Amino acid sequence: MRDTLTSLRYRYWPDHLLGEILSKRWTETAIPVILLLIVGLALSRSIDNFLSPASLADTARQAGEIGFIALGLALVVIVGGIDLSVGSIFALTDFCALYLLDVLGWPVPAVVAATLLCGALLGAVNGILIGYLRLRAFITTLITLIIYRSAYDLLIQRYSNAIASAFPDIPSWDFIGGGSIFGIPTVALVYIVIAIFGHIFMTRLRPGWHITAIGGSRRSAYNSGIPVRRTIALCYVASGVLTSIGALFFASRLGTVGGDIGVGLEVIVLTATVLGGITLGGGKGSVAKSAVGVLIVLLITNGLTTMNARGGVNRMALAGILLVAAMVDIRWQKNRTRIISKVYVAPTYHALPPPPPTEIGQGGPFEQNDKLRNVESIGLGRIEAPEDVILDRHDNLYAGSRHGDIMRFLAPDYQKMEVFAHIGGQPLGMAFDREDNLYVCIGGMGLYRIKPDGTVEKATDETNRSMRSVNDDSRLRLADDLDITDDGLIFFSEATVRYEMDEWPIDGLEARGNGRIICYDTKTGVTRTELRGLKFPNGICVASDGQSILFAETFGCSIKRYYFAGPKKGKVEVVMDNLPGYPDNINLASDGNYWLALVGMRSPSLDLAWKMPGFRRRMGKRVPVDEWLFPNINTGCVVKFNEQGKIVESFWDLRGENHPMITSMREHRGYLYLGGILNNRIGRYKLDNSDPNFVQYDKRWGKQS
Amino acid sequence: MKRFRFNQQEIVFAVFALLFLVFSIFLRGFLTPDNMLTLLQNVAVLGILGLAMAIVVIGRGIDISLIAALAVPPGLVLQMVQNGHSLPASLLTAVLLTIAFGLVNGWLIAYAEVPSLFATLATGLLLAGLGQTALFQLDVVQWSPGMDGFERLGQGTILGIPTSIWMFAIACIVVAFLLRQTRWGAYIYAIGDNPYAARVTGIPSRPIIVLQYVITALIGCFAGLVMAASVNSMPTRIFNSTLIYDVILVVVLGGIGLSGGRGGVLNVVIGTLVIGTMLNGMTIMDISYAGQNLIKGVVLLLAVITDSFLNPRNEETAQQGDI
Repeated sequence: MRDTLTSLRYRYWPDHLLGEILSKRWTETAIPVILLLIVGLALSRSIDNFLSPASLADTARQAGEIGFIALGLALVVIVGGIDLSVGSIFALTDFCALYLLDVLGWPVPAVVAATLLCGALLGAVNGILIGYLRLRAFITTLITLIIYRSAYDLLIQRYSNAIASAFPDIPSWDFIGGGSIFGIPTVALVYIVIAIFGHIFMTRLRPGWHITAIGGSRRSAYNSGIPVRRTIALCYVASGVLTSIGALFFASRLGTVGGDIGVGLEVIVLTATVLGGITLGGGKGSVAKSAVGVLIVLLITNGLTTMNARGGVNRMALAGILLVAAMVDIRWQKNRTRIISKVYVAPTYHALPPPPPTEIGQGGPFEQNDKLRNVESIGLGRIEAPEDVILDRHDNLYAGSRHGDIMRFLAPDYQKMEVFAHIGGQPLGMAFDREDNLYVCIGGMGLYRIKPDGTVEKATDETNRSMRSVNDDSRLRLADDLDITDDGLIFFSEATVRYEMDEWPIDGLEARGNGRIICYDTKTGVTRTELRGLKFPNGICVASDGQSILFAETFGCSIKRYYFAGPKKGKVEVVMDNLPGYPDNINLASDGNYWLALVGMRSPSLDLAWKMPGFRRRMGKRVPVDEWLFPNINTGCVVKFNEQGKIVESFWDLRGENHPMITSMREHRGYLYLGGILNNRIGRYKLDNSDPNFVQYDKRWGKQS
Repeated sequence: MKRFRFNQQEIVFAVFALLFLVFSIFLRGFLTPDNMLTLLQNVAVLGILGLAMAIVVIGRGIDISLIAALAVPPGLVLQMVQNGHSLPASLLTAVLLTIAFGLVNGWLIAYAEVPSLFATLATGLLLAGLGQTALFQLDVVQWSPGMDGFERLGQGTILGIPTSIWMFAIACIVVAFLLRQTRWGAYIYAIGDNPYAARVTGIPSRPIIVLQYVITALIGCFAGLVMAASVNSMPTRIFNSTLIYDVILVVVLGGIGLSGGRGGVLNVVIGTLVIGTMLNGMTIMDISYAGQNLIKGVVLLLAVITDSFLNPRNEETAQQGDI
């Protein structure tokens, strides 16, 4: 009863989604957006007319002005600095615009150009100090804040009356401040245009990438040849220019030079930036985050003002939000990977009946023996991690190696070893097609084709993305084994879509059906997923009818048969289940049966743990990785089975010296060749009673001249 | 390098002497007993604040919220006494508030790992906002009869020297003892010199950082009390002034590098003398408030630039994101 409940709970509750969602980049933008929605909803409920067009337009105007400043600050923060002087630059450029317009009577275009130039110069001071002289951004801009502010104070003492008494009546100037197109204020439109450009700039253009790179690691950026000092300096210039744009709109809207213009603005903008999720210290951030942050802060401050809060409350609220947001951001950035790695592993319920006996004296098809004791070794100590072995029509032996090469041992004595092809990823399953092209599944890369002359070509590395998966499962993460049908369809297994090559045992800890079988059509070049939700599908072999494949589910401890054509098309049948070990590769035997490697044997402890997902989850959270309970892959065997699911014979190595773990075996001219992903050799075992002329591909497709 | 930094102290002292000399000769009313008294009294509060700042700067931090600690807890004392509470109870409340504030700062910086500049910028706003909204009725909290006797903390003379100078001296001795004679002081230097190395060697760096900010806040509160006593009121809007830049200026000009681990009380004294003389001279010259700020800003900028050349940031131990 309890087991049934556990099984139902783990079958229908998607535990694995949490980790997958958290490891997505967009979650970091999603949180501020949700906050924005909550704040907006709360305020629209508690304040009348909050969502009226007039109120919205007013909010949009303010948001636009502050938004420009926030964009500049975002740029500076992403490059790894900070700009506190924006409030003073805002005041100074506001003064500049109004002085030129009201006192000197310049035409509007000249005023705009001069104001932008003024902002650029003020920003350039920061840029030179911080970029080229490498001063600390915080303290430097704090000082320029005070210098610019005193300069502003001195200037308005002289000119405020002149500016206040002038009432320029210039339509184009008023349009900048109060105009709107289709009901959208000018400032908002300009902001949208600049924001879209900013987004493209940051995500698609080289300088934007440079900025992010410098913020991420200044030293690495320098070492890779990015002009660090110039880029940083230019970011401050850009911040000055963007601030002056905001000031222009402000000047044209209100036309005043009060003493408190821009005072405390840096705190508002900084709060917006941090709240939007732009990381202090640099390297992460986007235009969207900046915009969302501005909207949240503006809604809160406007809301507080509407509710008649005292001046200090507004200030406290801002400071409090700023602190909490900074704290959350800093803790999250620091612990992100740790949190994700803790919640990513999501074990599920997986019950298996007690395994058949293997002990000597107990009988049964799996009874242990010592047949593999005197196996010959090929390439002892010279090859590393031959997951699969294969022989061509000319008796040469091929095996993958951990170093990303396909090695070839030349017939007849297999002493001479050469690199057949260099690939770069770890080769797993291999198969020849009719034209003697070698198809290889490469962990982390996909399916590759190696021509007889050794040239490497990519066959496929992506399949159709499933709509219900959070992880992007279109890329092939762990293509494992393959076989080729008579019609040139390549069926290959992808063991898991949740883990990389080096983490494959963790998938066994989860015991969820994370794997799939994919078909690549060599004629059309189309790749599509055939079966999903398999428990670490591994070995694949075309069955005798040519309309189905046999495949092994390693952590499902079963062999299944999938019909891809014929009357039973689309059906999956169980051939054998409840194996005593974890099945790996399947290959054809000379007598029409199939060879199967058991890469490891089941143990009572893991079988029990598989029924206790909560236990495994706690283990994943509290115990370091190297002390987790993993599937045993230190001992295994080779068995021969037929299509009816009967074990014919088994081969063991009791001493465990030559081949403690076997992931693959291949019969060829009376010998059985053995490979193992943790072994440093290839085994060769003389088979009794087998066809001494058996060559797998000659048998399937006839002898080639 | 060590010899050179010794020279920096001498240079700053020479600048002070020169400034003093020039002002004495060219500024009428500078070298009068009255003005000297004003100068020393102004300098006293600045110097005590400089000591507070020095502790965190040596520990590779900075405390922008110092002025809030100067204004709000002493303001609370005055306000509570005005409202009829006894002086000791008010003082105790203020001290508790200060300790709590220091703990918040320290926790944010040491445990939540928010950069110190950033954390104290926000907490300063928070404390000032709290004072403005909840604690004070007026911007300037006035002296009330209940405070009688307390003004001696900042007024009058002992042995012919103004009391506030004595207070500065006492603060100097306390801080010097803390930094030079106690294990905690040695830890502060170690953390400022290389936080990672300090941590690896087993120094309880996080509690020590919290301690730094608590002590700093307490000294700030003490400075506030001296100031309130000397002017018989607490102008809480001082938070909006540029006093904090003067304090940073004292520390940086005095030769305590912003990169931490260096300097001591003597540096603060020298820095205080220079800044005090400069400010006093500018006041006598009747330079406007904004003009003074402009000059101070430029001097501070030059000082920071010089500091960055004399004590370059240690790129190995500078944290990523140490802004």
